[in-house]
Amino acid sequence: MSMTTDTVGISRKSLAGARAQFQARKLTDHVATVFLSACAVLCVAVLLLILGYVVYRGAGYINWQFLTALPKPVGEAGGGVGNALVGSAVIVTIAVLMAVPLGVGAAIFLNEFPSGVLGRGIRFLADILTGVPSIVVGLVAYGLVVAPMRHFSAISGAVAYAFIMVPIVLITAQEALRLVPSTLREASLALGVPRWRTIMQVVIPVSSRALLTGIILAIARALGETAPMLFTAFGNPYWNFDLTKPMATLPLVIYRYATGPYNDWHEQAWAASFVLVVVVLLSSILTRSVLRNKFDA
Amino acid sequence: MAKARADIKPSSPNTAQVVLGFLGFRHAGTANWTDNLFFGFSRLFALAIIAMTIVLLVVLFQGADESIRKFGLGFLVGTDWNPVSEEFGTLPTVIGTLVISFVGLLLAIPVSLGTAVFIALYAPVRLRTPLSYLVEMLAAIPSVIYGLWGLFVLVPVIRMVQIWLKSHFGWFFLFSGPANYGTGVLAAGVMLAIMITPIITAISRDVIRAVPRSQIEAMYALGATKWETVWNVVLPYARGGIVGAAILGLGRAIGETMAVTMVGGNAFRLVTSVFDPVHSMASQIASEFTEATYSLYVSSLIYVGLVLFGITIVVNLLGQLLIWRMSKGRVTMLE
Repeated sequence: MSMTTDTVGISRKSLAGARAQFQARKLTDHVATVFLSACAVLCVAVLLLILGYVVYRGAGYINWQFLTALPKPVGEAGGGVGNALVGSAVIVTIAVLMAVPLGVGAAIFLNEFPSGVLGRGIRFLADILTGVPSIVVGLVAYGLVVAPMRHFSAISGAVAYAFIMVPIVLITAQEALRLVPSTLREASLALGVPRWRTIMQVVIPVSSRALLTGIILAIARALGETAPMLFTAFGNPYWNFDLTKPMATLPLVIYRYATGPYNDWHEQAWAASFVLVVVVLLSSILTRSVLRNKFDA
Repeated sequence: MAKARADIKPSSPNTAQVVLGFLGFRHAGTANWTDNLFFGFSRLFALAIIAMTIVLLVVLFQGADESIRKFGLGFLVGTDWNPVSEEFGTLPTVIGTLVISFVGLLLAIPVSLGTAVFIALYAPVRLRTPLSYLVEMLAAIPSVIYGLWGLFVLVPVIRMVQIWLKSHFGWFFLFSGPANYGTGVLAAGVMLAIMITPIITAISRDVIRAVPRSQIEAMYALGATKWETVWNVVLPYARGGIVGAAILGLGRAIGETMAVTMVGGNAFRLVTSVFDPVHSMASQIASEFTEATYSLYVSSLIYVGLVLFGITIVVNLLGQLLIWRMSKGRVTMLE
């Protein structure tokens, strides 16, 4: 950025030099702009490439039978993922029943009864727990439920999902509660309403949309997890509603079919992926539209 | 908020209050016993988070116990993994994990950073939010679907690239070994790069947004071009946070399981070339756990999980710390 001016008057030569330098700086700036836009385009292109391919391969296979039927034995055409859809739903529902009270309850403690070290410590642990690899969560659920029971079970899968969901629910719930204006709490307390009723009837209803968003986010995250299901829920080719027995889930079916040797399995893996992507992305878009990104604010 | 607490002195405690108080259900400044009960329950839930963490550690250590007793810390430097002779060591998978994660990071950092700068400073205001959404959507795609896509779309492409590299640069030591499988270090690295791009982009973007506007304006006032401003002011200012974002991306990559299992080639050996099939710690657990037939084998796999857990925690703490220092707690890991 330094220009060379040797004397009081600017010589023709140095003026030309300065101009050339300016042109070079402008060129660098243009090149940088092109590079930065190319990065963004690349990211979006990869997303569209992946989603587009899943839709292209999977959407055509979807029909009522695929969504409701049991898998057929190898070699027979047709069959579906009905049991896996139901299995995923059952396991996630049980995980929600375990994780939501725990996560929201802890968030209430952190935000409504600030207690210094304990609160900060718990929030710190929650941050750590979100970073635990999902396969490790699977090992924990195995050691906690499968090993004592001596066989794979749906309930162990639910425990694994709950481990993944609790910190997400806690962190999003804490953010949700933090957004409730303290004037509302103070108004309620000033009217003589006890703290617990203030929380249950003022704070929670006001933040209910944001709370729900966090819960949906946690469900979407859990629904796509495969690694913790490998040695907990394990998968099952039949209908099963017994929580102490192995149960099929959608990601497990995708994994088994994708790594299997049959073309028909690959087709079904794409179709099952299409179903999973639709569910996960719909919930992600849903939460996005409810909870405005912090970036916009 | 805390100051709003109603300051009523308890008059005479009733029986329920005494019993609950004895159990630790107590909250200073409230006379209402239902309030105490409520406080007690919410604290119980909060303490359950601590219990969860302890359970996690206890279960892992208990499961790995047999293997820890047998191999001790030598497990970390052992290069054998032989279920038949009951010899287990995890050095090749640790190295495999780090190698593919660094390949992923190397590919992801320029693109993520470029996208973050573009979204934060270059894109038209109306495009910023949709662009952020789209990039973060990459994070919402389940990893098994990345694996499926990687297996059927990416691996054939990588295979062609590898064959080309082999025929033109085969003399280079990183390009030795058979190139025609497609699955291996390169495929796993590219897969991981795609998967960690959203987290690095999102955090870098927030960190870049935290650069004071006055610094940027000052550069413009001095006649700097936009790129000169980005290069000389924005990036140096945000450096700590960007490094933190990259480290969190690394943490994500290290723990990634399904996609690596599906495109990594799953071979237990020290990698020497980018074409080599590779096992990460997570992919080894995923592919062998249900086939482990005796307790020492299972225990050794859980030991691998424990090592993986330890490495991820250290990496994540480091990343979180850097971002906290830079943004003073405004940017969190979930974003």
